[in-house]
Amino acid sequence: MIPLSYYIGLSAVLFVIGVVGVLTLRNAIVIFMSVELMLNSVNLSLIAFSAYSGDPSGQILVFFVIAVAAAESAVGLAIIIALFRNRLTVNIDEVNIMKW
Amino acid sequence: MNLELVLFLTLAVAAVTSAILMITRRNPVTSALYLVFNFFVIAVLYLMLRAQFIAVIQITVYAGAIMVLFLFVIMLLNLGEDKLAKWKLTSAKSIAALLGVALLIEILYFAISFTSSSPMPRKAESMGTIEAIGQVLFSKYVFPFEMTSILLLAAIVGAILLAKKNLNDKA
Repeated sequence: MIPLSYYIGLSAVLFVIGVVGVLTLRNAIVIFMSVELMLNSVNLSLIAFSAYSGDPSGQILVFFVIAVAAAESAVGLAIIIALFRNRLTVNIDEVNIMKW
Repeated sequence: MNLELVLFLTLAVAAVTSAILMITRRNPVTSALYLVFNFFVIAVLYLMLRAQFIAVIQITVYAGAIMVLFLFVIMLLNLGEDKLAKWKLTSAKSIAALLGVALLIEILYFAISFTSSSPMPRKAESMGTIEAIGQVLFSKYVFPFEMTSILLLAAIVGAILLAKKNLNDKA
């Protein structure tokens, strides 16, 4: 029997890898993939909590997270396409017109 | 060491390795493929937690639909390695690494101090089937489920509008 804290620990490690990816990477698409990784790590902890507490609500929440992630990636990638069309780059260092 | 723990540790190492490889590759296509592998590993972890339905939609929606969309955009924009600047250690990156380590210590502290060692309840064995999920989804959570359709419709309209060549184009 695997303790619940092992799943939470794995989820934490994956989440931190996603955070470091978002903070260090410069390619907008790979930053976006890191966000997906963070969403997945949270889903993993939700499923683990759901299974160990015997409550299916956690799995329903993961279902909705996946639906929202699908919508988010469609809109986000459309923004990246629009960005590339205007600036011919997806490097976020060169896209700083909204920087204060 | 029992078999379940060996399987968990193998999957955990595979997930962490593929995640680290994902954020360190220079080519975005390679990163995307490592992320697909990571999603498959997490789907197997869902199966270990008896969440069969979520494991299946993880593979079909995440690894299938979303990552194909990512690969499609990467190849549409034709992003090679040459378009990206060489990796170099900047102060921002070292601060990011420090923040990452601090966050990891914080979360792991709570994960380890979470000492509830109660085993998985018997109810969890049949909780993740499509039948059980559908029962809850279409009774207790039917309103959020219907709202999801509006969200997806808004996303479709938004994606088409954003990716259109010229916003003032009528056609």
